Order: sequence, then structure tokens, then C-alpha cells
Amino acid sequence: MNAQNPRRPYLRPMVGWWRRNPFFVEYMVHEATALFVAAYAAVLLVGLLRLAQGEAAWNGFLDALRTPLSIGFHVVLLVAIAYHCWTWFVIMPKTLPPILVGGRRLTPAAITGGGLAVAALASLALFGIVWGMAR
Amino acid sequence: MKRDLKRSNAPIFWSLFGAGGMLAALIGPMLVFITGIAVPLGFVLPEDAMSYPRMLAFAQHWIGKGFLFVVVALFLWHAAHRIFHSLHDIGIHAGAGAKFACYGTAMLGTLVAAWALLAIGF
Repeated sequence: MNAQNPRRPYLRPMVGWWRRNPFFVEYMVHEATALFVAAYAAVLLVGLLRLAQGEAAWNGFLDALRTPLSIGFHVVLLVAIAYHCWTWFVIMPKTLPPILVGGRRLTPAAITGGGLAVAALASLALFGIVWGMAR
Repeated sequence: MKRDLKRSNAPIFWSLFGAGGMLAALIGPMLVFITGIAVPLGFVLPEDAMSYPRMLAFAQHWIGKGFLFVVVALFLWHAAHRIFHSLHDIGIHAGAGAKFACYGTAMLGTLVAAWALLAIGF
């Protein structure tokens, strides 16, 4: 940009701009969780295709899930998506319209805390359903 | 006011981003733990929790089919939207090509998921 400008004005370089400020580092990290959400969706999509291909293909997929590489990868996915969950509800007070409860505006802490509590309940419910179905 | 103002398609992509982000926040970590750690290791949950007959029955039932489709599709649309809007931040011009690549990948994944779930049968 501006390469043709004969006055050659100083342009502050933008390379690595987000590394100069901890606020933007956090922003880039929480944006990057999308890569891990996409990766997990891809894992599930491969699983669906293997399931559609029959029992041998599905068992191969299960064997792949049991490899140390896959377990380690899923630990990374777990950390990244848990961080997505945390930041999602930390940002939520800024993305929601003002909510009035009893004439008072709901505080950001209440929205974040409420969201995290609902996430914990939803996760427990999911685990309970899977546990019940697997017995 | 011009009567033929072009309607923005942004709300569609934003809604899919929001829905996928909310779903990933609510159950994403637990899903990863169940399918990627607990069941493969036989830790907390039995190792045969994802055996072929169980998963086939789950994917053939309309509830399981709908759940799998919604999770895969919304996770993909969430990620596509977020990655597309982060391109500018890392110095990549987010033009029509980038938009096509991001949302196109999500669309392709959605169609493949739908095809696989239909192929699994009812």
C-alpha cells in the first residue's frame, strides 16, 4: 500500500501488531480457537464417513482414536475448546443487548457466570445421557 | 430511499456463527472429552460405548442423526466465519475469494455430513 506515493510517508509496520499488546494477544488466541473447533468438526465428519462405510471402516476409526497421537490431539482440542467456552461467555455481556431484571441492568459478571453455569449443566446433562446410554 | 437496496447476507452467516459458537461453548469440551479421550481410553465411560452397533443405531435414529448433523454443520460454520474475519488481522485481504474458501468449506462439510447421514440410513 502507498508504494507509489512519491512523498514516501512513514507507515507504521503492521506485521506482528497483535503481539505488542496483551489485550490483542488474548484476542488472537480466542479467535484462533476456531481452528480447533474446525479440526474437531473434521474429526467428527471423518467418523461419519467411516460409519457410513460399514463396520470394518468404523472399527478402523476407533483404532485411530485410541492411538497416543489422537489422545494427545484431543487433549489439545479439549483445552482450546474449553478456552473458547470461557471467552465466549466472558465476551457475551458485550454482545447482548441490555437485559433488565427488576428495573436493573443485568451485570456483566451475572451474564458471564450464568452462561458458564448453563454450560456446566449442559455438559453434565450430555455426560449423563451418554453414561445412561452406554450402560 | 432506493427501493432496490441490496439486502445483506451477513445476518445469515452471523447467526450460524453465533449458534455454532454457543453450541461449542455449551457442549464442545464435553463432546471432545467423551469421543476423543474417555471412550477411546475406556476411562469413566466403557470402551464399547462407541461400538459399531451402538453408533449405527444412534446415527439411524432421527434424534441422533439430527444431533450429529447440527454439531458438525454448526461447528464448521462457526469456525469458517471466525477464520474469515480473522484473515484481515493477520494481513490477508479478506476478499470474495477468501469468503468463498471459508464459507465454501463449511458448505462442503455440511453437504458431506448430510450425505453420510443419509447413506447410513434410517
